[in-house]
Parts: sequence; C-alpha cells; structure tokens
Amino acid sequence: MSELVTSENIIEVRSLQVFYGLFQALKNVNIDIQARKITALIGPSGCGKSTFLRTLNRMNDLIEGSRTEGRVIFDGKNIFDGDTDLLELRRRIGMVFQRPNPFPLSIFDNVTYGLRVHGQTDRTLMEERLFHSLQAVNLWDEIKDRLEANALSLTGEQQQRLCIARVLALGPEVVLMDEPCSALDPTATAKIEDLMYQLKQKYTIIIVTHNMQQAARVSDYTGYFLLGELVEFGQTDQIFTSPRDRRTEDYITGRFG
Amino acid sequence: MMSKSKPDDRLIKLSLLMVALTAITVLAVITIFIFEQGLPIMLKYGLKNFLFGQDWYPSEKSFGLLPMIVGSLLVTLGALLIGVPLGLASAIFLTEFSSRRLSRFLKPVIELLAGIPSVVYGFLGLMFLVPFIRENLGGPGLSVLAASIILGIMILPTIISISIDSIRAVPDSYREGSIALGATKWQTVRMVVLPAARSGLVAGIILGMGRAIGETMAVIMVAGNAADLPASWLAPVRTLTSNIALEMAYASGEHRQALFATGVVLFVIIMILNFLANLAARKQSGR
Repeated sequence: MSELVTSENIIEVRSLQVFYGLFQALKNVNIDIQARKITALIGPSGCGKSTFLRTLNRMNDLIEGSRTEGRVIFDGKNIFDGDTDLLELRRRIGMVFQRPNPFPLSIFDNVTYGLRVHGQTDRTLMEERLFHSLQAVNLWDEIKDRLEANALSLTGEQQQRLCIARVLALGPEVVLMDEPCSALDPTATAKIEDLMYQLKQKYTIIIVTHNMQQAARVSDYTGYFLLGELVEFGQTDQIFTSPRDRRTEDYITGRFG
Repeated sequence: MMSKSKPDDRLIKLSLLMVALTAITVLAVITIFIFEQGLPIMLKYGLKNFLFGQDWYPSEKSFGLLPMIVGSLLVTLGALLIGVPLGLASAIFLTEFSSRRLSRFLKPVIELLAGIPSVVYGFLGLMFLVPFIRENLGGPGLSVLAASIILGIMILPTIISISIDSIRAVPDSYREGSIALGATKWQTVRMVVLPAARSGLVAGIILGMGRAIGETMAVIMVAGNAADLPASWLAPVRTLTSNIALEMAYASGEHRQALFATGVVLFVIIMILNFLANLAARKQSGR
C-alpha cells in the first residue's frame, strides 16, 4: 500500500447513512479521502462529523441502536461486509480521541498495548516499535528515562502525543483524530499540529475539529458537515477562500456555528 | 414554604455534631470495655500463651486461642477462595458483558442476598450442605469446607456490588481507547479495566473478608465447633466469634475474661483488615 501514488484514494465513502434509533445522524455522505493528506472535517456541534469519523473504524458499532447503510471502501473492500476483521481494521485505521486517554499503566505498556493485544510477545520488536513511535511523536527524548512511569503522570499534551504514538506503534495506514487538541492549550496545540504535518509523510490523517483556523492551517482537504449532510468538500484553500455553497460561507465567516 | 422561622444552620450543625459524637462515643465505649475486660487476663497468663497455645480448657485455666485463630483464618481464606472468583466473575459479567436490562434487574437481586439473615444461611447449610459433604466427601460434614462454602456465598453480595461500582467507575475513554487499538472486549477488560479498577476491587474483597471473619451464627451451625486445630478441610473447626457466642452464656470469672480476650484478638484482626481496606481505597482516589 505504500507504493500508492499521492493522489490515490485510500478511502471511498458511498451513500453513507447512519442512524441512532430513529435519528438520522448522517445523510447520504459521499467522499474520497486521499492517501497521505490531511483531511479536516468541520461543522457545528451535532452535525455528524464525529459520527462520520467513528464510522470509518466501526467504533460506532459500540453504540447501542446504531445502524449503518451504504459503503465505505478501504483497500478495495467494503468495511461493512460481514467478513471484515474488525480487530485488523482498527489496527490499520487508528484513532486518537478528544481527551487524551492513556491507560493507567506504564508508558511502555501503553505504547506496546496494541502490539500485545494483537498477539505480539517479542520484547525486542516491541522495544523497537516503542522507540520509533515515540520518536515519531517527538516524545522519546523527553521520557526515555521513565518508560516504567505511569502514563498519567505526563502532561496533557504529552499524554496526547503518547496516544498518537500508541496508534503509530501498530503501523496503521490511516489515523483518525477526533478533536485532538480541544483539551490542550494553544502552545500544546501548535506542537500537535506540527506533529500532524510531519506525520502526513507516511500516514493519511482525518481530523475532526471545531477550530476553523486549525482546519485552515493543517489540512489539505476540508469537508463541511451540517445537520448530517456533507455540504461541501474540496481543497482547503478553495473551501476557505471561495466556498461554493452559501451555507459553508456562512459558517466559515462566522455568521453562525 | 411559609414557615415563620428557618432553623438556624448553627443549630443544625450542633445537633448533627451531637449525633455524630454519640456514634463515636459508643464505639469508644465498646473498645474500652473489651480491652478493659480482656487485656488483664491476657497479660496475666502471657500474650504468647493466648496467641499460640493450642489447648482451650477454660476450667483448667488453659486459654490457648490458636485453634480458633487458625479456624477463623481458615474459614475466611476458604470463603475468599470461593467468593472472590465467583464475585469478580459476576461483577465483570454484569458490567461489561450482560445487557443493560439484565444487569439492572440482577444487581438489586444480588444485593437482596445481603438482607437474608445469617441464621437462614446456616440452616440451609445444615440441612443440605452438611449432609452432602458427609455422604460424598466423608468426615462429619460439619467442617471447615461447609463453613467456607456458606461464608463464600454470604460475602458474594459485598464483593459483587463493590466490584460493580469500581468497574463502572473506570472511564469509558479507557475502553474506547483499547477497542480502537483493535483489542477484543475481553482483552480490554483484562488488560485495562481490571487494572484500573484494582484498588476498588481489593477494597471490596477486604470488606468481604471482614464480613466472613465476623460472621458467627451461620458458622456455628455448620462448622462443628471443636476447639482443636483442624486436621483437614473436612474436620470440624471453631472460629473466634463462635468461641465467644458458644460459651458466653455460662462463662464466669476468668473464663468470661478469656472470652473478652478472644474479642480483643478478633478486634485487632478486624482493625488490621479495615486499615488495609482504607489504604487500598485511598490509593484509588489519589490517582
């Protein structure tokens, strides 16, 4: 998969509808996600952007009463097919959450957690992955001397980077980020954004954000969700300078939301 | 809503303080009384003789409590061996694997178990468990094993409901994080949820242990009560609490004081357990 040319679609979403009971959270969403780009999803609260994100690694399955229609094609295969290996899907499409959620375990155990649940027992390989993923998030130098310390002793921003490292250790292709900076201060946010910029060399990143400046700063593509609908999707420059839809314009110029 | 005068907060505070002080005073009085009655005879005949003496013949001034101390610890250990795996498994099932409706129905039912009087547990044990052990495993039936099983069942509600509370207190973000990394539900429970709930689980187990070591009536009915060191799980046994309850009615003089000394030993053991429980609970909130 690493041989893909840069303009290749890594995920293609067709006629996606998501229901929670009787409530329709997503209406007929079609979108192509480009490999090794950063795609930002913006929109007011409750617009369905987080639901969309959580559909891509099928985390929405965990919500009682949720139901999905349509197709999400990842690596040539519909992820809703009955024979999808969910554990493998979630290894390849990792997720970073709104609030940093390291486990109350040691730093080492946090980063190697994914490897261990996927049956890895080789200590050398784990240490190697630990090193590379902590390096990738620029955390290695800060914490290499206390890998056995409880991960909850780190600062919020370090915790979030640790959570990203935890995902990277599994060698994913796509990293989903659900408002990864909303619990962080501006300095920490800037660091995470820099990190995303580095990471897109190797990974496809989809980020949900409340913060339009953030979307404009970091993303290559932007999608605007409103009331469960993907109103507009395109290159970030175009969305922010010359939106085609009146509703997008209203939102990004701050008329509501 | 039209009351003419609101009670003064200071008045409320004062009366609550009085009530609280009453409870503390009662506790203090009990403690002082037990030690005042029990300690002198322990010192008179030697602490060592009390704690490590194997012979309990009060009429011959022989007050060895070792068989009862061992008895209490054995049946408590047995109760934990039965109650802890069952209790934890139930709690894990009810919090993580059963449907919400089932657990909403079952949790109060399990808590109801705690409301059944211990004499009923003892009676059921005597009627069914003791003959079953006698006929299938041998021995008199009245045994360490029978007491352990009955106590194991009696501590289930404590362990289950405290475990459920501490497992539910584990933030969902841990579960989500684990599932999103491709872990199965069971891996998530085993590798993240249980370690995160650990101190609460330990506190629940220690409280269950306190209940087991303090239980008297049910144990008297099924344990056989011989004041000897039990030779096996099938041998009869007497616990510290049974020792007091069985002989209090006719004891007098030094015999009576020796029963208070039994109480002192029991008191100290339970204090140690409570201390451990508090330590575990504090560790959890300090995180």
